[in-house]
Amino acid sequence: MTMKQNFGLGCALLGAMGLTTSATAAEQITFVSQGGAYQQAQTVAILDPSAKKLGITINQDSIPDAWPAIKTQVGSGKPIWDVVDTPTGYCLRGGEQGLIEKLDFSKIPNAAAMPEAYRSPYSVSYEFYSSVLAYSQKTFPKDAPNSWADFWDVKKFPGRRALRNHPIATLEAALMADGVAPDKLYPLDVDRAFKKLEEIKPNITVWWTSGAQSAQLLNDGEVDMEMAWNGRVSAVAKEGAKVAFTYNQGILQSTSLCILKGAPNFDTAVKFLNEAVDPVHQANLPLNIDYGPGNPKAFETSVIKPERAAQLPSEPANAAKQALMSYAWWSSPAGEAAEKRWASFMQK
Amino acid sequence: MTSGPDPSQKHQRREHGLMLALVSPALLVILLLIVLPVGWLAWQSIYHDGLTLENYRRVFTEDIYWRSFALTFEISLAVTVIALLLGYPVAYLANSVSKGWSILILSLVVLPFWTSVLVRAYAWLALLQRTGVINQFLRYLDVISEPLAMVHNTFGTVVATVHILLPFMVLPLYATMQKIPGDLMQAGASLGASPSLTFFRVFLPLSLPGVLAGCTMVFVLCLGFYITPELLGGGRTVMVSMLVSRNVELYNQFGAASAVAVVLLLSVLAIFFAVSRFISLDRVLGQK
Repeated sequence: MTMKQNFGLGCALLGAMGLTTSATAAEQITFVSQGGAYQQAQTVAILDPSAKKLGITINQDSIPDAWPAIKTQVGSGKPIWDVVDTPTGYCLRGGEQGLIEKLDFSKIPNAAAMPEAYRSPYSVSYEFYSSVLAYSQKTFPKDAPNSWADFWDVKKFPGRRALRNHPIATLEAALMADGVAPDKLYPLDVDRAFKKLEEIKPNITVWWTSGAQSAQLLNDGEVDMEMAWNGRVSAVAKEGAKVAFTYNQGILQSTSLCILKGAPNFDTAVKFLNEAVDPVHQANLPLNIDYGPGNPKAFETSVIKPERAAQLPSEPANAAKQALMSYAWWSSPAGEAAEKRWASFMQK
Repeated sequence: MTSGPDPSQKHQRREHGLMLALVSPALLVILLLIVLPVGWLAWQSIYHDGLTLENYRRVFTEDIYWRSFALTFEISLAVTVIALLLGYPVAYLANSVSKGWSILILSLVVLPFWTSVLVRAYAWLALLQRTGVINQFLRYLDVISEPLAMVHNTFGTVVATVHILLPFMVLPLYATMQKIPGDLMQAGASLGASPSLTFFRVFLPLSLPGVLAGCTMVFVLCLGFYITPELLGGGRTVMVSMLVSRNVELYNQFGAASAVAVVLLLSVLAIFFAVSRFISLDRVLGQK
């Protein structure tokens, strides 16, 4: 409820600022994210404070899947969006296809200070989530599955299973189940991964397509264990469902910020990009939602309490247990071929 | 019967002209909102840095496309047959009872229309899933020891799709049955035929146009179903419409998606054309 109030207040402030500075041609950008609770949380934690600090107006738009829109907008030659928050792979793929602007990190000091693995020539990690092994505590009151090898072990851990209907993170999980170390995954051995997936396929009850669906499957007891996003599982757990997950062998994934090629407010967009990954703003994000900051320096700000940090996917100790997804590999030709192979795997 | 052919033809022509003028705004809207986008879609399927039939070659040679089309036709056929078996008795009943009862029956048929498809799909999920109402009840009665897998498969998809499409079967059937003169049945009876014989020799053949109309509606609508198989199919029931969306969302292949959509559209048109050889199309579409 306070979040909502803040949200309203933020909007009012933004509006007021828009009015007062409009005489001096107020700087503004259009920012696009995925909507819902997530966009509300970042509005409070990052967008409103950034707008205030920079004295700009941030217009918001939301879309669950920005990629087709990015393609059509830039393709039309007159994009209306400036900055998108989207799965990192799209920033890279878009960069290669000339849809996304290359970044000059000398103008984005906050991002330049981040680990190299967390940025690309076209993008900056904005927040982290994780594809984790989640399970029902009713089915597994003790000796719960704790690795992908356990997930594949249908004798030791009988029960119904679900995986995401998408190769990203699923192939990684299959390889880890087959004994590949989390830091030795890339380049993915695609044949080996699909072979391992064939093994578990008969035991997969549902191949889920949306995060909401994965949460519902676990909550309703439709499946006993599944791959799911950490935030979805903890949300269901908070509502009282007897479910839990492990970060062990999780696949650490991120969404990133990137700027559309030919963005109408390019300079302001770059300024915003720097501000958005400021450690303090970033540290505020996990206080509003179960996602980890994209900038690890956020953990040094003392804004995030240690017990809260321990729950977050990108907290250094948690991150160490996981595999860091290589979006560079997934947007390479081999990655795209693996993605296409998924469709025939599903329908066989 | 008394009017001559000449003035009536002239009158008809004038009427047609007036009709055309009246529908022209609607035609314009259809042109802008349907014909142009579909044309653009068709163009995308054959143009990618020059004209190419690559997208169509893939649709016709790669087996995942074949499998999807085959599955879609199978499911549509199953749904049509089940809807006919369920819908015919309902329409028959609505036709043979008094006005009040028939209004009640038809309202019950049409009522679900006003609920969103999404809500109905979720309702079936709540009924059919492992911890759903039906499984819980059967377990309570000790009929089963393990929950039945009724959802996240083709079965769940078919059940929910039948439910959603049933009105499209019942209404054309009812409309056709309404027009069958009751005295034909009396005539049959007066000639000594048993009720079942009059039904099979007189009523059933006369209701066949309604059967064809209802089946066409249900079959064609089912070909394009998306949200129900998406929610209740468990990911394995990949119908053609899902191929279209996946091609766009997952693989960013607008051309391939367009080609699939065009093939689906053409199959629907082919079905309509075939049906129109047997009955007038406005019977299917307008329930005249």
